[in-house]
Amino acid sequence: MSHKFYGGVHPAEHKEATERKPVIPLEEAPAQVVIPMSMHVGAPCKPLVSEGDQVTVGQKIGEIAGLGAPIHASVSGKVVAVEPRPHPGGGKMMSVVIENDFQDTPCDTIRHRDNVDALTPQEIIDIVKEAGITGMGGAGFPTHVKLSGAVGKVDTILINGAECEPYITADHRLMLERGEAVLGGVGFIMKALGLQEATIGIEGNKLDAVEHLKSLLPAGSGIHIETLKTRYPQGAEKQLIQRITGRQVPPGGLPADVKVTVFNVATASAIYDAVTEGKPLTHRNVTLTGGAMARPLNVNAPIGTPIEHLVKMAGGFQTQPQRLLMGGPMMGNPQYDLTAPMMKGTNCILALTDAEAAIQDTEQTCIRCGKCVNACPMHLMPLYMRLFSTKRDWEKVESYNVMDCIECGSCNYICPARIHLVQTFRMAKFEIRGLQAKQKAKEAANA
Amino acid sequence: MSEQNKLLGVASSPHVSSPTGTRSLMLDVLIALVPAMCAAVFFFGPRALIATVISVAACEIFEFGYRKLLHKTQTNGDLSAAVTGVLLAFVCPVTLPYWTLVIGDFFAIVVVKQLFGGLGKNFLNPALAGRAFLMLSYPVAMTTWAVPGEWAGLVSASDAVTGATPLSVDFMHSGILPDATLQDMLVGNIGGCIGEVSAILLLVGGIYLIARGVIRIQVPVAFIGTVAVLTFLFPQGGNDRLTWMLYEVLGGGLFLGAFFMATDYVTSPTSSVGEVVYGIGCGLLTVFIRYFGGYPEGVSYAILIMNVCVWFIDQVCKPARFGMTKELKEKQKAAKKAAKEGSAS
Repeated sequence: MSHKFYGGVHPAEHKEATERKPVIPLEEAPAQVVIPMSMHVGAPCKPLVSEGDQVTVGQKIGEIAGLGAPIHASVSGKVVAVEPRPHPGGGKMMSVVIENDFQDTPCDTIRHRDNVDALTPQEIIDIVKEAGITGMGGAGFPTHVKLSGAVGKVDTILINGAECEPYITADHRLMLERGEAVLGGVGFIMKALGLQEATIGIEGNKLDAVEHLKSLLPAGSGIHIETLKTRYPQGAEKQLIQRITGRQVPPGGLPADVKVTVFNVATASAIYDAVTEGKPLTHRNVTLTGGAMARPLNVNAPIGTPIEHLVKMAGGFQTQPQRLLMGGPMMGNPQYDLTAPMMKGTNCILALTDAEAAIQDTEQTCIRCGKCVNACPMHLMPLYMRLFSTKRDWEKVESYNVMDCIECGSCNYICPARIHLVQTFRMAKFEIRGLQAKQKAKEAANA
Repeated sequence: MSEQNKLLGVASSPHVSSPTGTRSLMLDVLIALVPAMCAAVFFFGPRALIATVISVAACEIFEFGYRKLLHKTQTNGDLSAAVTGVLLAFVCPVTLPYWTLVIGDFFAIVVVKQLFGGLGKNFLNPALAGRAFLMLSYPVAMTTWAVPGEWAGLVSASDAVTGATPLSVDFMHSGILPDATLQDMLVGNIGGCIGEVSAILLLVGGIYLIARGVIRIQVPVAFIGTVAVLTFLFPQGGNDRLTWMLYEVLGGGLFLGAFFMATDYVTSPTSSVGEVVYGIGCGLLTVFIRYFGGYPEGVSYAILIMNVCVWFIDQVCKPARFGMTKELKEKQKAAKKAAKEGSAS
């Protein structure tokens, strides 16, 4: 089956800086890690430790409070603070700060599991929950919630290995170096959901990963590997589903509405580690790259490592970066405080130079070229959404389905007039949500 | 926070942008017009080039002067005025006095473009509106055609040898084929406006624009295709269908209009469906004006008429909403209806 998704753009890939560099552990472990109690969609966790406590690698330090996933220590040592610290998402967040004793003493709960074949689907989901696994592609939805919500409701499992953002190679290297773990994790997902098949989608700029995974596939595994055209945002959930199954997630809906569930390849390998080795999610692959980074490379780093330490591991800045991003250049989060830590969903630390981040360009006038309309993978008309936003006619903006916008940045990227479209739509969505809340409050008051 | 941190920029994503800007798009359009310019110089002499240069200079000066006078930021750098200048010169006969051309430039830049707010705000193609203005004001000068190969004088073109264009009134309305051969029509060895004669070189420019991603294929294909189908189905004067169709397609300003005028960003629709609708509309009107109208050529008026429909086309031809199925639509309608009845009762 092959379907096309409409729109998209093809930004310069810039993956060559790191795509051939194997993932290495940090040359020098961080002296301190800062582990925020919120690295997932949902409510922040409740800290289980307090200042002065000794912790081991993999020890649970944050317990679920509502929707969420537990959080574990990524180094062993002494808790030196439990206090709000700068969070990569902006502002401060309650965090557990651990001083590394450089012993890497493992937690006694980490045990190799021999009889993995005997595990029931529910047991697998419980293991995933205890391991604190969240979606590792960026959004960070708690994986056990996704799994238990999908049981019996979906007929298709998709594994996202598209990695469509420029610069990032963390998933690419993962598929090349830990292909067995990825495929094993996919196997556990299939088992947990009681499905016989799954499809891994990989962009055509990673053919070596496609070939490698294909060579590892045992006969009759039920896992298919599909090569996708390199086109941003191929790895966006809705576009990946459309591309592989031809189904379109309804407006405001979830993949489950079209009987599909999507997991990232990194999530799959984390599930494999949790099930076979009992390892909670404490480390992950991160690409450290960008024109301003002296020595771009891929590392496997403890979650909570401060950005400044990661930058040091990449040789520091060779020039002053214009932007420092967590994530890729299209959807990444700009950082202004380098003491903020990397998180479960951090796949890249990107230091862009002036030349790479073309932000000197001021907004020019819209020439109605329609490139944004043709680039929008959600079939929207950005130029009109923006026109009515500037007039603050929110009803009209909503009638252009601005709420469907996935903020992928394709329109913004392609705009020859350099208009800040995504920023405008974020503001429009904020305003519309406010109006909707007001409307609801009014209705509730009337009823 | 260290000093280094303070130098970090923070802004909404995305953090990179495509290298293509307004200026580079306009530059590509100018490059694509070079082949047709060469044909014009070859057939009509250096006066064609001089007229074009004067027109470009006039457009840039008018744009600069207007914006200076009104204390607005200068926009000459985006090259859109230069494109208007070239296109307006291209749709005028080579014998047109320079001063007349400059009046057309004034109308195009100041009245049609700047008075409505400048680039992106005009609802008519400036060059075509300028031509329409000149047609109304100087009908004789605008329909006097130099014979190809007989170069017009550089200073005064009043002694130029003039003749008929293949798209004369007789040809159009009584179904008589012109003297020119199809080969002449293709390469441009015919009377006509400066830039419209050489269909093949305009096609080269059009293909360049499509290959560079400046324009999309929808408008030109729908436009030329509609003209081709209609003239093939309804040949005039008992002529052979195919021959008639080829003369109609290669004659007049169809290629210039379809590739360079109708695709003008500002005055064309933005969605694919809209572009096809617009292209078909241009084609239909062109044939209607050629067959039934009082003017010998219909391309420019067809495009101008479709220009004013663009806003409406864009409202109607929105891309299908992502994930919206028929059943879902009906469900939403039913829910809305139920909610209405609920609040009424």
